[in-house]
Amino acid sequence: MPYLSKFVSSYRLALLSIIACAATLTACSGTTTAPGATATSVPASGAPATIKVFAAASLQDAFSEIGRNYEAANPGVKVAFNFAGSQQLAQQIAQVAPADVFASANKAQMTVAIQSGRVVSGTEKVFVRNRLVVVVPRDNPAKLQTLQDLGKPGLKLVLAAKEVPVGQYALDYLTKTLKDSSFTPGYREAVLKNVVSYEDSVKSVLTKVTLGEADGGIVYTTDIGGDAAAKVTRIDIPDALNTVATYPIAALKDSTQAAAATGFVDYVLSDAGQKVLAGYGFITAPKDAK
Amino acid sequence: MKSGQTTTGLWRLLSLPLLLFFLLPLVALLLRAPFDRIIESVMREQVRSAIGLSFVTTLISAAIIVVFGTPVAYLLAVRHGRIEKLIDTVIDLPTVLPPSVAGIALLLAFGRRGLLGPAFTVLGVDIAFTQVAVVLAQTFVAAPFYIKSAAIAFAGIEVDLTQAASLDGANNWDIFRHIMAPLAWAGLVSGLVMSWARALGEFGATILFAGNLQGVTQTMPLAIYIGFEANLDTAVTLSVILMGLSFSALLMAKALLNRAG
Repeated sequence: MPYLSKFVSSYRLALLSIIACAATLTACSGTTTAPGATATSVPASGAPATIKVFAAASLQDAFSEIGRNYEAANPGVKVAFNFAGSQQLAQQIAQVAPADVFASANKAQMTVAIQSGRVVSGTEKVFVRNRLVVVVPRDNPAKLQTLQDLGKPGLKLVLAAKEVPVGQYALDYLTKTLKDSSFTPGYREAVLKNVVSYEDSVKSVLTKVTLGEADGGIVYTTDIGGDAAAKVTRIDIPDALNTVATYPIAALKDSTQAAAATGFVDYVLSDAGQKVLAGYGFITAPKDAK
Repeated sequence: MKSGQTTTGLWRLLSLPLLLFFLLPLVALLLRAPFDRIIESVMREQVRSAIGLSFVTTLISAAIIVVFGTPVAYLLAVRHGRIEKLIDTVIDLPTVLPPSVAGIALLLAFGRRGLLGPAFTVLGVDIAFTQVAVVLAQTFVAAPFYIKSAAIAFAGIEVDLTQAASLDGANNWDIFRHIMAPLAWAGLVSGLVMSWARALGEFGATILFAGNLQGVTQTMPLAIYIGFEANLDTAVTLSVILMGLSFSALLMAKALLNRAG
């Protein structure tokens, strides 16, 4: 019977939340709570405030940890995340999805949110930076050793689509090689000819490489920490050619949880937040970053 | 008869909420469609290559589905043993699985590191990221629609007919060709049209297994997904075309079935 009672109680809970949603007419979106988030903290007064944070896919691991820390430091506040490609998040925000904070992997998608009127221009702050790296499967079937090798004919390379921030950064890298004498003039075109797929997020690029289906791909350095590190070999892109990705964050103008949303942004920018991000390989933002 | 009409009216009224729920998004799509620029939109390279690719791949998928699906449908119609029940359930699986699961499964089976990967590598064949992958993904998710419809059509044929033919000395192939196929014709074609429409809309398995490259593997649904983020006009134009095609296909399938019935 414990299964049945569990079912009944979760059913009642679902029903209650439907009624609650309908009663308050708040949009109940499909955002996910940070994994491992506990519901032990009982708010001192009233219902817990839940802030919805829309964050770039590359922030998934770091922000999940920051979310847990923020919840622990602020009893009564819960953080729900929606992780996806920044371009998708920006479109959702422009289509008036309920959100309180937006953390984008580039300025272009933050600009989309600003132009939709939901982020006040000038309130966005760069909170972290990231770098590109070429990854190849651990056993390296195509025997790629150098960046120049990416131009060898017949390879299967995957990049993110140019609409995805990391996809545009990858194209920027290729364009920069045109002015570098260590690359042949045809390098950029040769690499683009090898691209067999433009994926919809940086995580899809990494998956195709770790599975060994692609000979190589371009991702962020932060994507290959943890489990992925053992499955891929990296080829570094020198500073002069590397595009440093800048991540802006902002609380949304129309947030119904303004205090908690601003609090979360401040927490990400604080020493505690920056320390977590650094732990995942991000380059932390200088204090006066704008 | 009066009360009968009243009940019909009541049922129609009760059907209204769901009907509106279906129609409203479609109307919204049509309202947003750039009809004044639709020619210009269709002539864009990305849109044209997506439409062309979708047609070619879905026609190939449909052909494969007929050739390999018909025997399965016939088997399910004439035999009802335990094995057939199992086959029937396996055939149902792709229709209830999320297409993304199908995509991952196909990659793990036919990718170069998949189960059959080494065998394909020996043959010098690489499937992932090619049009072959697009066709496999479409066939995987769409074939059940044809098989189910064809099995029902075959099963609807009177046993007496085939037995009589058999007594007159017709072999199995003759029976299939001269009795089963002509009588089941409407069910076969309508099932095939449904399958084709499903293949045309295939997205999840394709993007995971075949990837996304304009002119090679970027079918209409993929161009819509990527276009939504880059160029809403492209996405809406393709959506309206897909909707028109699917609607026509469904109408055709229903008309065929009604004529046969």
